[in-house]
Amino acid sequence: MLLTGSITKQRDGEKELMKMRKSQFNLLTKIFFYIVLSGLSIGFLIPFLWMISTAIKKPEYVWVFPPQWIPNPVVWKNFPEALKIMNFSFHLRNTLIITSLTMLGTLLSSSLVAYGFAMFRFKFREVLFMLLLSTMMLPSQVTIIPLFIVFTSLRWVNTFKPLIIPSFFGSPFFIFLLRQFFLTIPRELNEAAIIDGAGYFTIYRKIILPLSKPAIASVAIFQFMGAWNDFFGPLVYLNQMEKYPLSLALYAFRGVYSTDWHYLMAASVVITLPCLIVFFLAQRYFIQGITLTGMKG
Amino acid sequence: MERKSRLAQREAKYGYLFISPWLLGFLMFVIIPIIASLYLSFTNYELFKPGTSWIGFKNYIELLTQDRLFWLSLYNTVYYTVFSVPLGIGVALILALLLNRKLYGVTIYRTIFYLPSVTSGVALSLLWVWLFNPTYGLINVLLGKIGIQGPGWISDPKWAKPAFILMSLWGVGGTMVILLAGLQGVPEQLYEAAELDGANWWQKFRHVTFPMISPVIFFNLIMGIIGAFQYFTQAYVMTGGGPVDSTLFYVLYLFRQGFLLLRMGYASAMAWLLFIIILLLTIIQFKLASYWVYYEAEGR
Repeated sequence: MLLTGSITKQRDGEKELMKMRKSQFNLLTKIFFYIVLSGLSIGFLIPFLWMISTAIKKPEYVWVFPPQWIPNPVVWKNFPEALKIMNFSFHLRNTLIITSLTMLGTLLSSSLVAYGFAMFRFKFREVLFMLLLSTMMLPSQVTIIPLFIVFTSLRWVNTFKPLIIPSFFGSPFFIFLLRQFFLTIPRELNEAAIIDGAGYFTIYRKIILPLSKPAIASVAIFQFMGAWNDFFGPLVYLNQMEKYPLSLALYAFRGVYSTDWHYLMAASVVITLPCLIVFFLAQRYFIQGITLTGMKG
Repeated sequence: MERKSRLAQREAKYGYLFISPWLLGFLMFVIIPIIASLYLSFTNYELFKPGTSWIGFKNYIELLTQDRLFWLSLYNTVYYTVFSVPLGIGVALILALLLNRKLYGVTIYRTIFYLPSVTSGVALSLLWVWLFNPTYGLINVLLGKIGIQGPGWISDPKWAKPAFILMSLWGVGGTMVILLAGLQGVPEQLYEAAELDGANWWQKFRHVTFPMISPVIFFNLIMGIIGAFQYFTQAYVMTGGGPVDSTLFYVLYLFRQGFLLLRMGYASAMAWLLFIIILLLTIIQFKLASYWVYYEAEGR
């Protein structure tokens, strides 16, 4: 860094000259970048447009070649029909129960554990934290069979318990994310509050949590998305239709209406929409959450 | 002195108290199941079937020497991993480099590139089944427009795996965001110094950008490979392993053995082999990392 600094000073004049030369290219480069970015954007968006386009087609128009992008007529009633057939509101209820309770469990437990790892000194802290990190690399297949056997003997299979209860014991990824954030809060706050006679739980509730709203929001959003889209867990633990969340219900719907793409796409649009809306409303927290965990290898 | 150590003791006590939910969960949902799964892998345990007995390495021997589908599923998974992970990181890096400019409205593009990663699972898998439809699917329609007769994609054993790889590239948004954050952390002075020395864009990339973000790439490589080895939902929804087992990925086969055939001992052995493979790959990568990953000196 030192070396770079001295070079920069020495050649200040040269730098100005280069800046001037650079600005001539700027406009062309900018246009070039906009064209490339826009082209790529179309590529990324087209599948979504195709999904919507199919969702509003008359059934017989789905199989027309070449396809119409904006169908004539636009058939909005595909949506209510598809939702009715797949019993949407019923499965939405299941998804909402699972999603809200796992969010509660994860937020509560992960933030407490992260607080413990970030603000307290105790024996084996580093070792335990390494263990926690290494469980992120553990393939869940290694634990799922014994867990399934145990949950079967507890008669938890076909209930939401196997999906919800583990979330109350903290999730390594979220603990890591929150700890990274808590570490940016000065430890002295913790210590000062102790001297003032506040208990640790009070500090956690009145200082740490309010200061960490952005990180908490990231966790809440990730957990929402994860639970909303989860397929493997419900697939393993639920085998009665009336327990199915939306993800499994959509899969079952496809099993029966496998060629009714106007219905399947209409249902898919509706199921995808909440995630997209949440993302647009809370994009900032999303990006921050990914960055917070992704950077430290 | 005594007061201080009492404080430290109190701190330690509360530290353990706060992490206790995880400790308990770690014990109940990780440690005990891991041991149980190792034990099961040496038995012929089948759910709802009495008469489980210890059979030693028989499951492992059967997997490695007799089970054609095991090797096929491993091959399919390695194939998918070898292409989708590096390609995914490459595409994510290109997107991140394009976005790493002070352009007006650049966040809109970031949003668009990230959008497919927001949702995953069944809805988007169905969308891709439809996109890959050989005759009426959008991809072949577009290919047809430029005079290319598109393949059968997921209905063609030769093209099914490439189809999944292509699809995976649509979801590189997460990696892109991480890489972008890495790029934004590269100090501006390094580029200025390189420019003054007359470096062109490639030299700048090769000698400044790449070394500086190599730890981030490394992290994504590790997590990407671990994720790719556990590829499941999309394949389960879109092909169920077909056609002719060409997309029978490892975890799909494990699921079939464990939860459809209920051969849980056998499936446990598969899970342990997967664990070992992932562990070995991760260790190898850490060993190789010293050749290409650049770590800044500590204590900046």
